[in-house]
Amino acid sequence: MLRAAPPLLSVQPTRALVDEQFSVLVEKLPLACPVTVRSLHHSEDKDDWEAYGFYVSDHRGVVSVSEDLSFGGTYTGKEPMGLLWSMRPVPGSRSGLRLRRRNVCGPMLVNILVYSGHEGFRGRAPLASVLTERWHMAPGVQRIKVGQEGVRGTLFIPPGPGPFPGLLDLWGGGGGLVEYRAALLASRGYVSLALEYFSAGELQSADVEFSYFETAFNIIKEHPKVMADRVGLFGLSLGSMVSLYLASESTVVQPRCIVCISGNYCYPRGQMLRGVNENLRNRYFDKERVDENNHHIWRDISLEIIKDPAEKVNVSKISAPMLLVNGCDDQNWCTVETAEDITQMMRAVGKEHLLSKLAYPDTGHLIEPPYSPHFRATNFIVDITKKKVILLWGGQTKPHSDAQEDAWRKILSFLQHHLYGSPTLKARM
Amino acid sequence: MDRKQCCVKVSVQPSRGLVDEKFVVLVQNAFPGFQLTVHAHHQCEDGHGWEAFGHYTADATGTVNVSEDPSLGGTYSGAEPMGLLWSLRPVPGSKPGLRMRKKNVQTPMEITVSVYQGHQTEGFVDQVPLTGVVVERWYMAPGVQRIPITEDGLTATLFLPSGPGPFPGLLDLWGGGGQLVEYRAALLASHGIASLALDYLTPKITMETGKMVDNQYFETAYRVLQQHPKVLGSRIAMLGLCFGTSITLKMAVYSQVVKLRCVVCISGSHVQPVDGNLEQILSFFKKNADKSCFNEDNEVIWRDLLLPIPTDPSLKVDVGRLQCPLMLVVGEDDQNCPAYESAMDMKEMMERAGNSHLLTILSYPNAGHLIEPPHTPHARSSSLRTIGSRHMLMALWGGQTAEHSRAQEDSWKKMLAFLRENLYGGTDPGARLISHL
Repeated sequence: MLRAAPPLLSVQPTRALVDEQFSVLVEKLPLACPVTVRSLHHSEDKDDWEAYGFYVSDHRGVVSVSEDLSFGGTYTGKEPMGLLWSMRPVPGSRSGLRLRRRNVCGPMLVNILVYSGHEGFRGRAPLASVLTERWHMAPGVQRIKVGQEGVRGTLFIPPGPGPFPGLLDLWGGGGGLVEYRAALLASRGYVSLALEYFSAGELQSADVEFSYFETAFNIIKEHPKVMADRVGLFGLSLGSMVSLYLASESTVVQPRCIVCISGNYCYPRGQMLRGVNENLRNRYFDKERVDENNHHIWRDISLEIIKDPAEKVNVSKISAPMLLVNGCDDQNWCTVETAEDITQMMRAVGKEHLLSKLAYPDTGHLIEPPYSPHFRATNFIVDITKKKVILLWGGQTKPHSDAQEDAWRKILSFLQHHLYGSPTLKARM
Repeated sequence: MDRKQCCVKVSVQPSRGLVDEKFVVLVQNAFPGFQLTVHAHHQCEDGHGWEAFGHYTADATGTVNVSEDPSLGGTYSGAEPMGLLWSLRPVPGSKPGLRMRKKNVQTPMEITVSVYQGHQTEGFVDQVPLTGVVVERWYMAPGVQRIPITEDGLTATLFLPSGPGPFPGLLDLWGGGGQLVEYRAALLASHGIASLALDYLTPKITMETGKMVDNQYFETAYRVLQQHPKVLGSRIAMLGLCFGTSITLKMAVYSQVVKLRCVVCISGSHVQPVDGNLEQILSFFKKNADKSCFNEDNEVIWRDLLLPIPTDPSLKVDVGRLQCPLMLVVGEDDQNCPAYESAMDMKEMMERAGNSHLLTILSYPNAGHLIEPPHTPHARSSSLRTIGSRHMLMALWGGQTAEHSRAQEDSWKKMLAFLRENLYGGTDPGARLISHL
């Protein structure tokens, strides 16, 4: 039986960090031939995720995902990275899934495949495929478990002699130990501590006082490879709130700069962290809504809360530069309104110049490193009731993914400016 | 100067690349006009240290881009994006005659790229750099499978590309040093060609019986490749370097079994007793051993063993009978083999026979014998133990490092394009018939 040569599929580079681009090229196709280019990833939770675009080869028999338009699929248009950011669970998967890498010591394996034709490609064997690796850790980055002084977390140290600036990396209300962003930040030159401050789903019983975060901050500050006066805070959602509270109230934590993604600043004065969610939602329970899919929307609760000054962190006490990154379609917290309110509070004390704000249209709550899939709604264990609900985070996939890419670039340049500094700037000062 | 205030950063993209991929080395946040040295260090599998470095001056934004800015000195000069790799040389105090060859292709080469203050030329190991990163260089792309082949008495390794296949195939033959050398086949598989690295001088069967393999050994290797379920049996090429060229040309022209889509010969010759087997070819070379000469560094030059190119047709593979495209890659400073003279003679033979349209010659001034995959260090000479002898000699391969490295980069690119064109392109025999159905 005579077999024809398959098309030649190449991805460059085949091994990359998760925030790096790749280019996908298919050659030696028949001319003007419809093909589907697909990505496939089998997650650590054993779900299959995919993205795909419909293409037509040119008269050299070439499809270039970086240059050509996708005519349909999970993304359309000229989208070099669409095969990653538009990934979603394959048909028939469980609902409410979220893709979050647990083992950062190894790469995410993503298979890129080419099929002939458009509709119905899943019923056909692929013509060619190439395996690619997407890494959160650059070569030479060290991963060190932290357990001293009761602090639970993982420290990531860049390669090289150092010393380096540092970052305390705080995730949100879901809890647990989430390492991948800290690993990526270390790959970009920052000693980063991914901190666990309550177990997954256990916020209600979290015993953590703010001294816990102060101890964690000091662990970074006092590390031999860290420049003690160049340690910043990086928080998302509840983690942003913690960052703002520390920066405004703590005498120990003096961050060089703060990044707040999808931040809230609501902390009932005098209470422990565990009280936060319970307190807020109990008091404004009637404001919780569900949409037509029975997804829970907490945004309206937050709109009520920010009306009350007693519920807010006194951000006007903060003297560090802050970058606030928010999505205008955030259905979990009114982050844009929060940012406006913070601006007013800072303006009143003449500190508005410390603020930089980004508000992305049609973008939701979960603003993650670039090319991560977008999650409009996912499963969440509500700490009080232990019920699993589906929380609506918001955002439309394409604008949300653009926002992730733009935000990450701007976050890195903000960190570079404040934590690495520029020699000429320093000379002027 | 307060180092802490400087905060120089270096980044290399990609941080994990294939050996034949380029990278961009960027130094940022230095003081404008600052002098610095960008340094690469690698510890090879044998434990030897290798280093390369370039001298740079940061621009007005405090940046050095190694891909664009000229090195003012060091182990390479000028704008050389990959100079930190191809100009790697053994660190001071190393033993002479070293050659860097990766044995385990399943792990990457790790290179540490660092930045030092000022224009330094030595003593790097005693200093703390301003900054540094680690870079991985891989011979195997993700998804490439490595399959040891021991059937039918072969000592070989098959590398299959990522994907369902089937793939075109290639037989990969190295030269007179013997051993099973895998890295080039692994890299070719990373580019979509199922490649079989074959040990034919020191295979298990020879080591156990003391007998050299015969011509059938190569035909067996071809058959094993051809019949593999993931290989397109009608799309097989052969690639040989040095002595591997001798075998490749013999098979391509005379074998009834081996039917090749195309052939690549690097740094080799067609001069051999055409009716001879491996052992007889080796004796032919040994007979002329008195033509070896030594230079003032006591390095042996073997190029004259096959000179002058004979006129006797029984001593040259009749390339006029070749029916598939042939690419010859030659270094004009090859001190080991008269590759250039052989290429010229082959060209003449093919012109007389009327098949010279099949021939492509890539000839590089100041390139030596060891034309390897790009961005790997150049060895102008290295120590070698010849087959069947106990002596270590220092063989002179030739080539001037910068030009040899350019030749490696250019020839590899052209070789890959040639292989792709012939292995992935064109029609299958009989395919035109099928397309009417």
